[in-house]
Amino acid sequence: MSLFRRGDQPEFDPTQPLVATGNLGRRHAVSRIIQFVAVAAAVAAVAVLVIVIWAVVSHGAKAIDWTFITTGYPTGVGPYLVGTAEVVAIATLMAMPIGVLIALFLSEYAGRRWTRPVQLVLDVMNGLPSIILAVFIYILIVASSKQQSGFAAAIALAIIEVPLIARGTQEVLRLVPEAQREAADALGVARWRSILTIILPAASGGIVTATLLSVARAAGETAPMLLLNSLAKGDAVQLNPFKEVPNVPVRIFQLSEEANPEGFTEAWGLSLILIAIILALGLSSRALLNRSKRKMTR
Amino acid sequence: MSATPPAGTASLKLARSNRQSPARKRADRFGDIALFVICAAAAVLALLVLILIAKEVIEGAQPAISKFGLEFVTNSEWAPPLEQFGGKGVILGTLITSAMALLIGGPVAISIGIFLALLAPTSVRNVISPLVEMLAAIPSVILGFWGLLILGPVLVSTIEPFLHDTFGFIPLFGAPQTTGNSVFNAGLILTIMVIPIIASVSRDLFMAVPRDLQDGAAALGSTRWEVIRGVVLPTTLSGMIAACLLGLGRALGEAIAVAQVIGGSTESHLSLFKPGGTMASLIALQFPSAVSKLHTASLYYLAALLLVIGIAANLLASWVGQRFGGAGGVAR
Amino acid sequence: MSIDDQTFGARPATNGRAPAPGRVRLRTEPLPGVIGAPAATESAAESHVHIAPESVFEADDVGISYGSKQALIDVTMRIRRGQVTALIGPSGCGKTTFLRSLNRMNDSVSGFRIEGQVRYHGHDIYGTGVDTVEVRRRIGMVFQKPNPFPKSIFDNVAWAPKNLGMRSGLKEQVEKALRGAALWDEVKDRLKDSALGLSGGQQQRLCIARAIAIEPDVLLLDEPASALDPIATGAIEDLIHSLKGRFTIVIVTHNMQQAARVADRTAFFSLETRGEKPIGTLIEFDETEKIFGSPRDPRTRDYVTGRFG
Repeated sequence: MSLFRRGDQPEFDPTQPLVATGNLGRRHAVSRIIQFVAVAAAVAAVAVLVIVIWAVVSHGAKAIDWTFITTGYPTGVGPYLVGTAEVVAIATLMAMPIGVLIALFLSEYAGRRWTRPVQLVLDVMNGLPSIILAVFIYILIVASSKQQSGFAAAIALAIIEVPLIARGTQEVLRLVPEAQREAADALGVARWRSILTIILPAASGGIVTATLLSVARAAGETAPMLLLNSLAKGDAVQLNPFKEVPNVPVRIFQLSEEANPEGFTEAWGLSLILIAIILALGLSSRALLNRSKRKMTR
Repeated sequence: MSATPPAGTASLKLARSNRQSPARKRADRFGDIALFVICAAAAVLALLVLILIAKEVIEGAQPAISKFGLEFVTNSEWAPPLEQFGGKGVILGTLITSAMALLIGGPVAISIGIFLALLAPTSVRNVISPLVEMLAAIPSVILGFWGLLILGPVLVSTIEPFLHDTFGFIPLFGAPQTTGNSVFNAGLILTIMVIPIIASVSRDLFMAVPRDLQDGAAALGSTRWEVIRGVVLPTTLSGMIAACLLGLGRALGEAIAVAQVIGGSTESHLSLFKPGGTMASLIALQFPSAVSKLHTASLYYLAALLLVIGIAANLLASWVGQRFGGAGGVAR
Repeated sequence: MSIDDQTFGARPATNGRAPAPGRVRLRTEPLPGVIGAPAATESAAESHVHIAPESVFEADDVGISYGSKQALIDVTMRIRRGQVTALIGPSGCGKTTFLRSLNRMNDSVSGFRIEGQVRYHGHDIYGTGVDTVEVRRRIGMVFQKPNPFPKSIFDNVAWAPKNLGMRSGLKEQVEKALRGAALWDEVKDRLKDSALGLSGGQQQRLCIARAIAIEPDVLLLDEPASALDPIATGAIEDLIHSLKGRFTIVIVTHNMQQAARVADRTAFFSLETRGEKPIGTLIEFDETEKIFGSPRDPRTRDYVTGRFG
């Protein structure tokens, strides 16, 4: 007694040609619609990316020339570029050791008891809105000293970078074969020596990758800069981090808040440079990651 | 992951260490302890920083908390010159924009995840995946700038009037303003930011669903969608919830891009097409030029609220991801 | 009719041994849904009427390759309706590959290419315009490792019938399927429990119930008992006996004794060196008694007597 029988007529005859029977036609239609929606969604996302990048490129290209990059306000944006590099460099110098150390702790020292809490701390830190970090550093440093500075912003950026570096380092430490650790132990090599001289170097490719990616993220962070480091004039390069350092994201933000079309052109140009740098960092880190993964699994 | 030497090597180790000078052994032990302490200290430092952040922000908000208490949340008048600060307007704005980002961005991102993990051939996936992730790499200030100059005018001239004409009876779709700076614009920008996050996590989750489970469903004569609906989606449900919570955290905390396109108003209203404000964007806009201590404290109050909600969303995401299993490493 | 008879075929009166050569055991019931079953089946009692049974599958010179690697070559065989056909042979000789090509489950493997033809009731399975989903609806498969869905037992079995449009009578259908898979008594009180809580053998029988719930024409079993303990294996073999008349069954097994116990006809696959590399191919295909008792090919004899493999 077939369940698919209506009345006494069986619907299902296996000797019939292998085309859709019963409700399969409708089910195929539904499946095709869903697949179409999924493709459309992906196309839409890529389209938005292309539209935004295209806008930045087409509007920003006309702003960029040698003068633009090498002079300061009002003719160029050189000091902003230098300033961003300076602040991000300081931030990364602070964040990288801490991030790597935390990753080492998680991968080499933390038992099951400590892994979850530390992992949680990293996750929360990663999810903190940067505006809150900005407010925090403001309270801590700027409110009392009444002095905005690139250094204050660098601290905020470092807090943003640490979880990124830690997570990336952790992933690559996980890839280091356990056999290498055992071999070092069997040779009677002290733990700290094997970590510093065998394990870390093996993971160095991944660490650099994680750092590059976090630099790309930090370079574009505006909120900390806005609250902690936004008063620089931008007419000259400022190498002293303890004063206000001109920087790119804040400048773009300020230009976008003014209603000046010429300012807009400058902002597009800055955006193009910033995106180009971020893209370069992303591509090189990806290439490095592939290379180091290949080395690891050989 | 403390490695113990394989059996039989103990004697080797002993032999080796017996040949070492006492000074070297002391240096080794010192080095081991020192490295452990340094690593642990780094981890503790991270925790301390988190605690310090919470403490400082809440302390900074004290003057406003003691003056306004919980009415801060229900009062919508925000007038710095009058020392009157009520956060209802921006809290509402935060809720509306984040809801919009999740309601639109969530399904779109999950569809992208389905496409990348289950439908696209590997060569296509290897191209489209990085492109989707690149969307996340665009700094928010640039996205906001684009939203201000390019998206805004388009919205004002085409979509907002269309939506108002068709659905104007819903208060959400009230009369459009002419500037292009609107809650709707901010919501769309947030949607763009949230999509790559949820999409990459979904993609990873879907790719982790065991092949034999999907084969089993396919062997029962089901269409592709039925396999997805019956096997892939149910097994990844908790992971996707966690991913959406992560996206929510991102949307809640975005200050800069929203500040650029939302219009900076503190009015409490439900219309998508009027200027509005969110907690994060108000802090970004008004902090640099706060007029009084109470003003600043009120902004700290908003920051404290944001902190609590943000951490809650994050913890919930971690908990869901942990509790209901699924692919590890949901938090990206 | 009791519900047992309503399930998937009354047990054959034999003790499960393959029929004597030259005689064909005709089924006592026509296959479901087949319009105009041949009149010969009416005279079920005259079991010594020598009528060639209908072919379900016809493989003509089938060769299968994945990218540049040739996995199978020169397979020509006919699988007959209502019988259990076993594919045996050492590992890597292509028997699972061949099985999976019968319901197009190899389509998702990258680089898959098939030469020759596989015909199902006369229709080329790989022809243009063939609906793969329809193929799998008619030709079901149970896999080597039990793969129940992370749902309740009931939902596992009811899932595919629901897709096919069944609304009412689901409970009865699930019960029928679970009885047919000899699992009903063990799970009837806990249908809402998760299927993952069952033992390995129970999970495999659940997968069989899932497959027969939509009443396919053919059941392909890919080493269904290899992941199970001997008691569970025995249960599966009894199950195959009880399902035999109602379905056409093709089973891959690396266990020769199992093939001897359940199969009517047995196909021996092995590796043959063609050119430089060994490629899987069909060596001998005959009644099970002949394959194990008096095989024609020396390689078959070596394998079934345990000299290699």
